[in-house]
Amino acid sequence: MRSEFRLPALGADMDEGTLLEWHVAPGACVKRGDVVAVVETDKGAIDVEIFLDGVVSEIVVAPGTKVPVGAVLALLETEGEATAAAPAGERQAAPAPVAPPAGQGRVDVAPVAAAAEGLKIPAAPSHQAREPDVPVGAPGAVGAPGMRDAIAAAMSKSKREIPHYYLSTTVDVTPATDWLAEHNASVPVTQRLLFAALLLKAVALACRGMKGFSGFYRDGRYEQGPAVHVGVAVALRGGGLVAPAIMDTADKPLVALMDDFRALVTRARAGRLRASELAAPTIILTSLGDASVDAVFPIIQPPQVAIVGAGAVVERPWVVDGKVVPRQVLTLSLGADHRVTDGRLGAQFLARITALLADPRSL
Amino acid sequence: MNREELARRVLELVTGIAPDVDAASVIPGIDFRDQFDFDSMDTLNLAIALHRELGVEVPEADYGQLASVDKCVAYLGPRLP
Repeated sequence: MRSEFRLPALGADMDEGTLLEWHVAPGACVKRGDVVAVVETDKGAIDVEIFLDGVVSEIVVAPGTKVPVGAVLALLETEGEATAAAPAGERQAAPAPVAPPAGQGRVDVAPVAAAAEGLKIPAAPSHQAREPDVPVGAPGAVGAPGMRDAIAAAMSKSKREIPHYYLSTTVDVTPATDWLAEHNASVPVTQRLLFAALLLKAVALACRGMKGFSGFYRDGRYEQGPAVHVGVAVALRGGGLVAPAIMDTADKPLVALMDDFRALVTRARAGRLRASELAAPTIILTSLGDASVDAVFPIIQPPQVAIVGAGAVVERPWVVDGKVVPRQVLTLSLGADHRVTDGRLGAQFLARITALLADPRSL
Repeated sequence: MNREELARRVLELVTGIAPDVDAASVIPGIDFRDQFDFDSMDTLNLAIALHRELGVEVPEADYGQLASVDKCVAYLGPRLP
């Protein structure tokens, strides 16, 4: 059968990209997960993976062409019946993504379609009015203009549509920092961890078995994410930020998670993220520990429903067993969607993260 | 390796970690953090690079002594293998 390979959604705040180069030519065999093209976006050059197995029969879009999300980039011959999937942007009326039966040859865009509903996808060429209007980065705003526009659009949508509630709690993380110092002193430098890796793992584990924080709000209803992919907010030098996902965060041992985290930050700053990483996060962690602030009041990135913030780990007087002692403390915060959860459940979620950090060997 | 060579190597490693930083603009006496938002991930990457490229394993407790080119040179000089 003939299948269409379309430009996948690349996160909640991007609706077009410019095809830079192809890694494949007609006749090439491709496997699910192969990087087949590079697309320039507001978030840098993105490696775009393919989500089906087959043979490239035709390249539709030439390098240098600007195309909207959902545009057909290439045609493939795949095995099985002809059931080409709708592009990400046309899924509004479609049921929740269901894995197709094996061998049906369906173009599976589910992993990247996950974030698509938050996007404004031009149904027609771009002369169509953009509605509702999104504010754009103001003159003099920090960072690349395209990226600032993308952040402005996503955050404006979030503040317009998501009834946020915020919670925070200050946690004694001395057990975690002690464990971390001991670990880092006992392993080669390449296996050292950052505190943020512990936070990532704690957030991921807290999402397990708890509904309402790791998932998506689309078409008026909440959908729990099929797996926990924690996105990590990465500040770019010179301004701007991206929040790519560490896939299956909860399943990775800390050292492997740290390797992925370090590689992800490096690629984010070099502008070489993969499309799936940008669209996958089911929840985001934003850590401003390096910026020496006590707390963050984070804004949800639609279509997600929660974001965890972490300030700096600081030494503070703390009462332990009736005595004031110096301890390492951290203020954790949660921005969550009131259409999905309430403060009481949010408090339980933060309490889970706190409990995990209190027992670093559980991470 | 003399002082100038060591400073040049450190600068190479730092701009390898932060490719968007112009090596010519880096001021040796000012902390990386204050010049171009060097963060804890960058510092860890610098420690890894120093281990790989210069054979010096910097304990985490000494990361503060890697804060600028001048500080790196002072710290690494006596520790080079």
